[in-house]
Amino acid sequence: MILNMGPQHPSTHGVLRVILEIDGENVVRIMPDIGYLHTGIEKTCEAKFYQQVVPLTDRIDYLCPLTNNLCYCLAVEKLLGLEIPPKAQWLRVLLNELTRINSHLVWLGTHALDIGAMTVFLYCFREREEILKMFEMVSGQRMMTSYFRVGGIALEPPLGFFDRVRDFAGYFPEKVDEYENLLTGNPIWLMRTKGVATMTAEDALALGATGPTLRGSGVDIDLRRDMPYSSYEKFQFKVPLSQDGDVFARYMCRVQELRESIGIVRQALDGMPEGPIKADAPGVVLPDREKMKTQMEALIYHFKIITEGFAVPAGEVYQAVESPRGEMGYYVVSDGTAKPYRVHMRSACFANLQTLAKMCEGRLIADVVAAIGSIDIVLGEIDR
Amino acid sequence: MPLAAAITDVQQLKNHPAVARLLAWKSDAIEGVRFDREEMTIHVDRSNIRDACALLKEDPACPFNFLSDLTCVDWYPAEPRFEVVYHLLSIPNKERVRLKVKLNSSSPAVESVTSVWAGANFFEREVFDLFGVRFTGHPYLRRILMPEDWEGHPLRKDYPVEGYR
Repeated sequence: MILNMGPQHPSTHGVLRVILEIDGENVVRIMPDIGYLHTGIEKTCEAKFYQQVVPLTDRIDYLCPLTNNLCYCLAVEKLLGLEIPPKAQWLRVLLNELTRINSHLVWLGTHALDIGAMTVFLYCFREREEILKMFEMVSGQRMMTSYFRVGGIALEPPLGFFDRVRDFAGYFPEKVDEYENLLTGNPIWLMRTKGVATMTAEDALALGATGPTLRGSGVDIDLRRDMPYSSYEKFQFKVPLSQDGDVFARYMCRVQELRESIGIVRQALDGMPEGPIKADAPGVVLPDREKMKTQMEALIYHFKIITEGFAVPAGEVYQAVESPRGEMGYYVVSDGTAKPYRVHMRSACFANLQTLAKMCEGRLIADVVAAIGSIDIVLGEIDR
Repeated sequence: MPLAAAITDVQQLKNHPAVARLLAWKSDAIEGVRFDREEMTIHVDRSNIRDACALLKEDPACPFNFLSDLTCVDWYPAEPRFEVVYHLLSIPNKERVRLKVKLNSSSPAVESVTSVWAGANFFEREVFDLFGVRFTGHPYLRRILMPEDWEGHPLRKDYPVEGYR
């Protein structure tokens, strides 16, 4: 029997349609059908100036918008050859890790909810509320922050922001203990996730999986540690790894990543350098508001950047960062004008979704729900 | 910080693991190379691409065992029009390389690399869907993002941003 799961379905985490060929309760074949959220973002980027693309990038992986911003800004800064001041880099790391915690909280809450643990969902969203309030403090937006700019950060963080982050970092590890208390030793959770949807390391590598989906199968690669960007080399953190390759292994990887991320946040707070938040490139970076109102050159630069954009020397760049889901890459091709010639987003979930067939064939339908949750898909990233 | 100038001479770059491996296989395998902004790009002919990928994947010195990305750029109206781009990553050596294949608009077809990395499946379907480049040997070459009955290939440069509907 051929059964349709989705695109409207509470457990597919978005508009994902999965075509299941089943024999009783066993899945014989599984095929994901995507494209329900395709909005042509890659095409739209070709019609916008480089700085206008930043709000578009927020909406690609909408659970970690700051990571998208970061990847795109790093790519364009590499094309331009800009050097970013250390304070901007450390702020980027701090906010990137808060975004990782944000995304993993949504993952944990919805994954647990699919499998039946409703309390975890509400607990995770309680912590997420605090992080969203911090994002609103710093950028004015809860989700689609667009806080990073080509050349640095948009605005100075307001007074009280760092204290708020420090308070959050103070009580968050106990909350992670709370979630683990409810799930890790829970016999129902273990029965639903241990040995379910296993995938070997060779299969995961061949299928293009990255992030916790790959690290849960035993392949030790994390772009923050192995190919560092934006001063990640100055931070100490462990990369959780597991050899089992099942849903429980991927769950443990992500929960431990929550703990590591809050450690990085604390290191960023303690060592935050002083200095400017934007690079010294008047033709690319908007001038300070006060200077724009009093100096003629600053006013002219401001006008030129807003109305004509800034020309980027011809070339191409592939910049990859470690998003909560895996390797997120931006391939930006420039032809020397102020609008990008081609922007391609290598989304982590697009490749990770290919592992669904390997994980689920031969298993029960209920395991499909656990597998989709363990890959942690976001349709905005898959469909663009 | 001014950008370093790009290097396009094969002789200067022949020590890069991917360049060395391809030169050792066939002296005419590499049509052109470019080292720009600390990234290595190698232009390969379309008849060689699948073998080149398989070779780089199995290279004992620097195995490029992971396909990061497979995409396409449309250089309309210049000929050759399409440029299929492969981003490879060597997980043990932490090296990246970019391979490029140029295709004409009259017959934009290239051999599929799904036999080398199964994960190229969705990426090649997306390039077929949005650009119209065919991948011979692909197990299921159908549209993936656009609806099945869509006409046209949206990411081509002669397709308007606003669309037709």
